[in-house]
Amino acid sequence: MRRRALAVAWVAVALVSFAFLLLPIVAIFAHTSPGRLVDQLSNPVVRDAFRVSIKTSLIAQALILLFGTPTAYLLATRRFPGHALAVTLVELPLVLPPAVAGVGLLAAFGRVGLLGSTLDFFGVSLPFTQSAVTIAVAYVASPLYVRQAIAAFEATDPTLAAASRTLGAGPVRTFFRVVLPLARGGLIAGLALSFARGLGEFGATIMFAGSLQKVTQTLPLAIYAEFDQNFDATLAMGGVLVLVSVVLLVTLRLAVSWQRSPSTTSPSLFGLSTSS
Amino acid sequence: MAALTVDNVTVPLRAFDLELTLEVGSAVAVVGPSGAGKTTLLRAIAGLVEPKSGRIAVGDDVWFDSERSICLAPDERRVGLVFQDYALFPHMTVRQNVEYSRKQRADEYLERFRIAALADVKPPGLSGGERQRVALARALAREPQVLLLDEPISALDAHTKATVRAELHELLGSLEIPALLVTHDFEDAAALADQVSVVVDGKLRQSGTVAELVARPADAFVASFTGANLLHGTAVQSANGSTRVQLADGTVVTTADPAGGEVVLAVYPWDITVGPNAPDDSALNVIGGPVRSVAELGNRIRVAIGPVTAEITAESLARLELRTGSFAFASFKATGTRVVAAGSGA
Repeated sequence: MRRRALAVAWVAVALVSFAFLLLPIVAIFAHTSPGRLVDQLSNPVVRDAFRVSIKTSLIAQALILLFGTPTAYLLATRRFPGHALAVTLVELPLVLPPAVAGVGLLAAFGRVGLLGSTLDFFGVSLPFTQSAVTIAVAYVASPLYVRQAIAAFEATDPTLAAASRTLGAGPVRTFFRVVLPLARGGLIAGLALSFARGLGEFGATIMFAGSLQKVTQTLPLAIYAEFDQNFDATLAMGGVLVLVSVVLLVTLRLAVSWQRSPSTTSPSLFGLSTSS
Repeated sequence: MAALTVDNVTVPLRAFDLELTLEVGSAVAVVGPSGAGKTTLLRAIAGLVEPKSGRIAVGDDVWFDSERSICLAPDERRVGLVFQDYALFPHMTVRQNVEYSRKQRADEYLERFRIAALADVKPPGLSGGERQRVALARALAREPQVLLLDEPISALDAHTKATVRAELHELLGSLEIPALLVTHDFEDAAALADQVSVVVDGKLRQSGTVAELVARPADAFVASFTGANLLHGTAVQSANGSTRVQLADGTVVTTADPAGGEVVLAVYPWDITVGPNAPDDSALNVIGGPVRSVAELGNRIRVAIGPVTAEITAESLARLELRTGSFAFASFKATGTRVVAAGSGA
């Protein structure tokens, strides 16, 4: 009898936890009728914020991919003095409060910042531009990709790269045909995490780029700007972000299971073939 | 065919330096215990490890020369390396693996290694023997100047081993390039290569044909590695041109080799006769005692009596009705023993 009561209590606690996690999500969609939410998607503020978010996120993720992948590969395959320090440095933005990251970016790239006069000389002014949003997103989101990428590269068997070299492939071909396909699952998982973090970025962006509609106002910034004026609009934007998050979470799950078994056929969700 | 020359190559390893000079004309096996530096030797030849000094060349093509500061990248050396675990690309099909170095003539290699039917399978779905054939096809499709094999048989189960050994032997015989294989198993080396080099702690102990190594092992290690019984003792007296050696357990053994002081005698198991009675023949050495163990090795049986182990056929065992504990005599001729240098190592 007591054991039964314990089991019931256990399940009840778990149910409370799930309810706590789910309730805000459900509330976003349940607060207003779905029709009104969809109507809000044509609201100029929402549409502009969506455009700014997608554009800056895509550019930021492309930059993270472009710079983060070689960096991660280097950190995963080479050991040099200061290696541990370099890995820690790469992870620094992860623990930095976003507001501090924003202040730092201002102090570095702002008009009176460290590189401000240099940038000024070339006629470039970064703060409160769309480029500033991209930089802020790239800064705070990059560690999530790089960390995952280092782990993915470390997990690939170095003997396979060696085999590729003895078969006449140079380092570049070896990287693209052997290392990258084998690390692909981990890289995609890292990118999904980084994308999610970048899309939700708020603190650093508002400090470094401000919240200017059409220019620097991303979805999270627009949610903050709109919530005391047009609550339906904030709910609509929240709904969009929830949907994107779900897609990213599913991507992450699939990518992780894919990484574990690179030999099995790729999940069809990505429409990519494992053969190259 | 252009021979592979490994000239005075030195690679620092954790506990010792690999220091080796080798000339590989046809099929050569380097045998030695694990950790002797065998894999490092192959990696140095392939360019995956840069030696500290020395010279590696195939014919007139110099791959590595410390004095002339030449060190070609692995992809610039036409080398076929079959890794111990085969290192097949798991994300590619068998065909893509074989085509990796060259698109042309892949079909030819798929046919030759009987893997055409598996062309669309990915390596995780292959058996050990099949993986090895894919690895060989992939390595040879590159048309290398040298074939290197790292423990080509040890990754296989006992059942597959015999077949693969025969296949490999045939392949190595038909190759028109030098082949260097490394293994910790002397029997594998003997079955596959014409020349065998024994390497211990990174140094060459002895090179020669299998017959030469067995007939004249350079030291105790080579003798035991080639399968000999090692009898440690003291040479007590010489007369009539033969030497009497007293073993630790008191047994006195006669050898035809001259010797003095502490010596090690090598006796091959197949040179020892076993019987229920002491033989009345030319064998000077007769050791009587209970059978310590009877172990089957395929159709050969190893019978341990006193300090020696004899190798007899299953047929003989059945005829003699030997069992562990039964009293028997092991006999061998004085000329069947070799005095070898004590040497070091296992």
